Amino acid sequence: MSTLTQQDVKRIAELARLELTTDELDLFTRQLGGILTYVEQINALDTTGVVPTSHVLNRPVDRPDVPEPSLSREDLLANAPDAAREAGLFKVPRVIG
Amino acid sequence: MSDTFEAVIGLEIHAQLLTATKIFCGCSTAFGAPPNAHACPVCVGLPGALPVLNRRAVDLAVTAALALGCEVQERSVFARKNYFYPDLPKGYQISQFELPLALGGGLQMPASVGGRFVKLTRIHMEEDAGKSLHEGFADSDRKTYLDYNRSGVPLVEIVSEPDMRSAEEAALFFETLRQILVWLGVNDGNMDEGSLRCDANVSVRRPGDPKLGTKTEVKNVNSFRYLEKAIEFEIGRHIDVLDHGGRIVQETRLFDAAQGKTYSMRSKEEAHDYRYFPEPDLPPLMVDAARRDRIKAALPELPEARRRRLIAEYGIPEYDAALLTQTRGVADYFEQTARSCGNAKAASNWVMGEVLRNMKERAVAIEAVPITPAALAGLITIVEQGTISSTVAKDVFARMYDTGRAAAEIVAADGLAQISDTSSLEPIVQRVLAAHPDVVAEIKAGKDRKFQFLVGQVMKETRGKGDPKLVTDLMRAALGT
Repeated sequence: MSTLTQQDVKRIAELARLELTTDELDLFTRQLGGILTYVEQINALDTTGVVPTSHVLNRPVDRPDVPEPSLSREDLLANAPDAAREAGLFKVPRVIG
Repeated sequence: MSDTFEAVIGLEIHAQLLTATKIFCGCSTAFGAPPNAHACPVCVGLPGALPVLNRRAVDLAVTAALALGCEVQERSVFARKNYFYPDLPKGYQISQFELPLALGGGLQMPASVGGRFVKLTRIHMEEDAGKSLHEGFADSDRKTYLDYNRSGVPLVEIVSEPDMRSAEEAALFFETLRQILVWLGVNDGNMDEGSLRCDANVSVRRPGDPKLGTKTEVKNVNSFRYLEKAIEFEIGRHIDVLDHGGRIVQETRLFDAAQGKTYSMRSKEEAHDYRYFPEPDLPPLMVDAARRDRIKAALPELPEARRRRLIAEYGIPEYDAALLTQTRGVADYFEQTARSCGNAKAASNWVMGEVLRNMKERAVAIEAVPITPAALAGLITIVEQGTISSTVAKDVFARMYDTGRAAAEIVAADGLAQISDTSSLEPIVQRVLAAHPDVVAEIKAGKDRKFQFLVGQVMKETRGKGDPKLVTDLMRAALGT
């Protein structure tokens, strides 16, 4: 059974720079707890002697160091909520003091 | 520094790998492009874009690791380092955490800074973040601007053990490391453009105390001198706080070069928990023994070994060897010149003198010097043969630099050959004597130090071309002294 507390959810929200209302905190604690409980079923399996897998592919996959075209700046900025399109820069709310 | 405390310093160095493209996509890494000209779905983290590792970046990282004596791991794993900041549009940086590319290794430091072997903890690969522009726009009070050209540029992070005991030692360690990375062709050493950056972890403790004191991290110091100053300031600050009964707060600090002080960087922003986990979009990085050995076999002779060999093989002083090994290009240039003219000390003097001086004045690398080693050897040879004096030779060097012509050709065409026949010099000597009867009288009265003045006058008349020894002989004969 999951032991996720409201305190845990508050901390996660803080790391993600999210502000939650009391109702949301309640809701997400229940929902996230439910997900964890579901996933925790996997703990019932005996994995003694099984090598941990970080990835399903087990061979190197790489590419040569050859330049490929980048996106045009128009395309790159096309879906940006805010941008200085002439200067070719993305814009976000100011992030320091 | 107070002798009741000992400083403990470790460095983290971020070095850009000299690839043509980014670590996980084909965007160019060229410096100075217009903002966001080198960005694509992978490096701005658009949904569904998948990273594919740059093979050359791995080769360069392995090169650095082997040259520094590290153990390259056959299997290392990329990990996501999660944090929220707009210079990192995916919400995480792809780095390596639990299983880095290389472990161990280190650098032997000279006796002048304590003669310690400074160990490395690890070397891992990661991607660089984009660049945030906080100032300079009309709405900068409300907005931050973002350029992702740097996002995804391949880096190695080289982490040292806390083995250094003085700011001077740390600065020298960084300098030595930089020289090796540039020498290997792994990094361009350009700290102004941000392709080489250094963070320092500093703490102090009572000598003999096995426990480390609380450390602070000084971030992004971009010159050797500033690194030394920043660490020195930080050591002094720690001792001061402790001496006054205070406690050091573990934090990140920045160095203000103008004030020569460090200051605290974050406070409430300190909510950090990177929640590392293996990067599911990339398989483990495998470097098998064959690849490792191939890279090892291709390693060049390193600066320290080359210095020792130049001293042994060419009989040049240690001072010369140190100057001549500042870069691989300069060392190659010297060796080719020395072999070509057969006079190593003369070759060393010319390279340390005129060649390095011109490179510095013109701010160019050795590769851009238009005088080939063979051409410089040609100049050295005609000086040795007495065709031109060493004074004229400097002038010939300048003309060679500007025109690309050979020394002998310039000497012939411009009439610079040394005048070493009596019939040409004798009349000039007589003319000078006739013009300065008073000086002649003084010399005859015993003031021999005036003699050099007369020789100088002859050299002036010949525009430096007179054979100084012959001029002296002729002058002595004429004066009968």
